[in-house]
Amino acid sequence: MAQLYDRYSSIVYAVALRVLGDTGAAEDVLQEVFLQLWRKPSAFDAARGSLGSWLAVITRNRAIDFLRKRRPETDIDDVVLSVAPDLAGDAERARAAEKVRGVIGTMAPAQRSALEMAYWEGMSHSEIADKTGEPLGTVKTRIRSGLIALRKAFQG
Amino acid sequence: MSEHEQFADDLALYALDGLRGEDRARMDAHLATCAACRLELEQLRGDTALLALSAAGPRPPQRARQRLLDAVAREARVARVPQTSTRAPWWGWLGWAATAAVVVFALSLWRENTALQQSLASMSSRAGESRRELEELRRVAAPILDPEAQRVTLVSTKAAPQPQGKAFYLRNRSSLVFLANNMPALPPRKAYELWLIPVNGAPIPAGVFKPDAHGSASVVNPLLPAAVEAKAFAITVEDETGATAPTMPILMMGAGE
Repeated sequence: MAQLYDRYSSIVYAVALRVLGDTGAAEDVLQEVFLQLWRKPSAFDAARGSLGSWLAVITRNRAIDFLRKRRPETDIDDVVLSVAPDLAGDAERARAAEKVRGVIGTMAPAQRSALEMAYWEGMSHSEIADKTGEPLGTVKTRIRSGLIALRKAFQG
Repeated sequence: MSEHEQFADDLALYALDGLRGEDRARMDAHLATCAACRLELEQLRGDTALLALSAAGPRPPQRARQRLLDAVAREARVARVPQTSTRAPWWGWLGWAATAAVVVFALSLWRENTALQQSLASMSSRAGESRRELEELRRVAAPILDPEAQRVTLVSTKAAPQPQGKAFYLRNRSSLVFLANNMPALPPRKAYELWLIPVNGAPIPAGVFKPDAHGSASVVNPLLPAAVEAKAFAITVEDETGATAPTMPILMMGAGE
């Protein structure tokens, strides 16, 4: 566990802190995520993607639950993901992060904003539509096409 | 518009854990029957992982590490109680839980000196071999507890993830402990064989084992060449006497975590 912590705590803490903006709360989420992994390591399917990517997704979801004071609805067993780039090492992750920031930077402001509100603030598409005054369908499509734009950047 | 396209936008929201209530239930029902959408969901979750990577910030404070390790040690002690109550495999069915029994006992050796002394005294009075047993336990537990140990999880190469193996390998001591569970039963006169896949060279036999009635099995410190660097571990089915080279197919394989 200590090894896993040393290897992945930075990304887990960074994601939790980005969502929550509070070091104490981010620490709580960090603790919970690693304890969940310790209690149920089989939840991570090593045949798919890197542990770092999986932990990042689990952490983001848990941090959003924490932020919105709601119970987790998705069991960690059910979080299966496939990531094209190899994100196992720090260097790969750093390069990928740089690339992701580049892609986000090139998005239209409305799309970037919808994606970030959905992802980092955990806002529902209805809440985003209310806030921006845009149709629900437009908000949904912006979120999805934003995610796919990220994927395509790594497929080229 | 195909059925999948109708679900496409909602699938992205689902990947963000943003669908609730009826919308979520409807998507769950669709996912249960649609492999294409399950695949797309996995990819969308992968996309969200990329997004998560754009987060950058300070490292967590040092105290967070100790807090976690203390919590793990506490839970490990609690996990110790039920393991002797049934005939179930003593390491349960999970990898980490799998090692909990050994870890807990070893932790008790190293951290709970009082309990250790009592336990040792009791063993000593009964068998007079406590020291040898202690040394043996230390030796067996070393690959699990040593922070330098290479930890490798082996999973089924097929879709069903139930069979699982966990290898703890200490290269500098050529010491290996392997625990498996949910292993399918074997044909007569066949056995599973564990292989150490070195960074260079051919696979090295690392023990032949047969699962018990619960599908559990272990290999403890098989004879290995000195200080071989392991790239991965794998499992094949061989004759019960073992083989010197793996017979395809490889059933399970795992590289270092």
